[in-house]
Amino acid sequence: MTRRVTVGPFNRVEGDLEVRLDIDDGVVSSAEVTAPLYRGFEQILRGRPAMDALTLAPRICGICSVSQSLAAVAALRAVDGLRAADNGVLAANLAHAAENVADHLTHFYLFFMPDFARDVYSGRPWHGDVAARFKAVQGSAAQAMLPARARLLQIMGLLAGKWPHSLAFQPGGTTRAIDLGERVQLLSIIGDVRDFLERSVFADSLDNVLALDSAAALATWRDGRGGDFARFLGVADDLALDRLGRIALPLMSYGAYHGLDAPLFARGVYDPVTAGVAALDPDDISEDVAHAWMRDTALRPAEADTDPDADKPAGYSWCKAPRLAGRPVEVGALARQAVDGNPLVRDLVARSGPNVANRVIARLLETAKVVVAMHDWARRLDLRAPFLDRAARRGAGAGIGLIEAARGSLGHWIELGDDRIRRYQIIAPTTWNFSPRDRDGVAGPLEQALAGTEVGDEGARSVAVQHVVRSFDPCMVCTAH
Amino acid sequence: MERFNVLWLQAASCGGCTMAALDNGHAGWFAELARFGIDLIWHPSLSEATADEAVAIFERIAHGTQRLDALVLEGSVLRGPNGTGRFNMLGGTQRSMLHWVRTLAPCANYVVAAGSCAAFGGVPMAGSNPTDASGLQFAGSEAGGALGAAFRSRAGLPVINIAGCAPHPGWISETLAALALGGVEADALDSFGRPRFYADHLAHHGCARNEYYEFKASAEEMSQQGCMMEHLGCKATQAVGDCNQRGWNGNGSCTSGGYACIACTSPGFETSQNFLETAKLGGIPVGLPLDMPKAWFVALAALSKSATPKRVRANATSDHVIVPPRTDSGRRK
Repeated sequence: MTRRVTVGPFNRVEGDLEVRLDIDDGVVSSAEVTAPLYRGFEQILRGRPAMDALTLAPRICGICSVSQSLAAVAALRAVDGLRAADNGVLAANLAHAAENVADHLTHFYLFFMPDFARDVYSGRPWHGDVAARFKAVQGSAAQAMLPARARLLQIMGLLAGKWPHSLAFQPGGTTRAIDLGERVQLLSIIGDVRDFLERSVFADSLDNVLALDSAAALATWRDGRGGDFARFLGVADDLALDRLGRIALPLMSYGAYHGLDAPLFARGVYDPVTAGVAALDPDDISEDVAHAWMRDTALRPAEADTDPDADKPAGYSWCKAPRLAGRPVEVGALARQAVDGNPLVRDLVARSGPNVANRVIARLLETAKVVVAMHDWARRLDLRAPFLDRAARRGAGAGIGLIEAARGSLGHWIELGDDRIRRYQIIAPTTWNFSPRDRDGVAGPLEQALAGTEVGDEGARSVAVQHVVRSFDPCMVCTAH
Repeated sequence: MERFNVLWLQAASCGGCTMAALDNGHAGWFAELARFGIDLIWHPSLSEATADEAVAIFERIAHGTQRLDALVLEGSVLRGPNGTGRFNMLGGTQRSMLHWVRTLAPCANYVVAAGSCAAFGGVPMAGSNPTDASGLQFAGSEAGGALGAAFRSRAGLPVINIAGCAPHPGWISETLAALALGGVEADALDSFGRPRFYADHLAHHGCARNEYYEFKASAEEMSQQGCMMEHLGCKATQAVGDCNQRGWNGNGSCTSGGYACIACTSPGFETSQNFLETAKLGGIPVGLPLDMPKAWFVALAALSKSATPKRVRANATSDHVIVPPRTDSGRRK
């Protein structure tokens, strides 16, 4: 017999979320995911001066505000065919990396791990240790992580004035030129963050972590190791988290940290079934509103509007359903690292596919890689050269800004006329991952990942459901925006 | 120490005020709360309790079986469509945040708006205000909002508005700690309900560009060091906040970051357009420093422009110091 349960408010995610589950014999047979908040940024932006996007767009999201800024900047840049000053590119990468690393650590320490401190696991051999370390608000890990996070975000004070919500990110680069002493301060902060990762997260040098190139190497490395990453791997093994939240949808990345030449992480689409990489064509992106509380509109984001309809009978979310060549795709750190060819992530995906354990592993590995890149970017800043190029703007035409936020692929589609915004469409990472069904009835990635989850008699209280949802690190405020 | 408990809710927010709060203190925000005896009954981003466990807490408060010292709301209250609040439902409850806010606010000794959205409506109110957003007790600068102008929390205070987008982490934690310590009276708040400990200052106070301001040596483009009031939209002389007297993320601030103050502590800041350009009438900025007579400002500006040292003029339009202060060969008076 099918039992329908509703889970919400779904907390320790960014924003609010509701999930409805159909349960047959203790197993989720079908799921519906609802984004319960709509603020209307695309409506708010319409008709305003083009550059107002730089004030308003970051305020879509307090946890990935730099990402929203940089997507808006990239779209404005595309309209006018501008290039940023080299220093501006490096400084934007540094600020963006600081936000992304802060987000990965916030997810791991504050959002994801506290579920393993729950009483439901009190019979597991690791529970005492994990609860002391990760208990929500009280655990010892957060006491160490919060000061490390605050230190990391001092990069924003140096390069961008403040975080969240900075206006330092402009089409011509960034607004703050730093001096000799401030470069040293930057390197010092990056060094402190590296120390935290090596001491608390990995209990090993980042070089050793980044040398891990297969599931076998990871298994050998973690044997007997301390640190929070190994602690998680132990829990993941015991609970078989590699069998939880498993799907086989294409993994997509727009390419991350666009550098002076190639991006740090490549752009493309990785198929976890065939292990093949394909090029990404932005023209293949569409958004379907069949089950969103939205009036019908064009499928292509460059031609679409956002017009809410709270009474639409078929609607069950404020989130639209983005599709790549007609299919849902998964985005995030796992997708980014698989597309980029990280050997450990590719091996893990080959063995067990995208799942709860692999999403978390990819996020922490990426953190290590990014911190190493940050050091390099800070060294490469040319302190005699400008950070911001004067930009002669036309303010007419269309442009697309495609970047990678911490949680995955973020796109802004913009159309300007007389330097005013005629159309603004945003597809955020969690719009992809937590999409509702499309017109063909095809479920979104989380909806697919929840199907098959064993919840036993616990129903809505099942902690397995919590793990699956949080493994995507959803940002619900971005989702419907 | 007597415990002080806080229920934190997010309505139509970006979550940025929580992100800012987490940035507080050398020991971390949780340690800072503990130091002042503050317990988070529930916080959407941080607490273990989820779904019906969380709803049970709200119901205990509504039924009066759970004491509530402070309700903190982050984000605007959405009243649309058509007064239903359905643009923002609280997951799992079939009820809007509008409903929950109106139910829980009268149960709290203090009601605190974290950020300009909960205080005045903020960014969701911009443009056509498609969701009928408002703050708790103001819609822009108009008193009213979701709770009404007459609302007073159990302790007899109006909503305490920690305005800012996002507020400084210190503004949030110091307000909560001051409430926990007791003795916060109506005279601690300004006419918009903002704590005077930070709202009795202007963002301009302590700006590192003060010498440029004094001489009206203006930056012409972003990233230059000069004063940003004349051309680049800076409203720091009109906006409240001790922004340049305490560091943001270390030693940062908007003006030190190379861009204008957009007066994010002011009700209705989101209704401005062209944030990074100064609106002028006859070549004179429309927005002049608060409480300064216009004629005096124009006269003093002309005088100080004519007295600007070469060094200040040259550096104002550069992104780094190109003419250093002249040293006096080691002589001191």
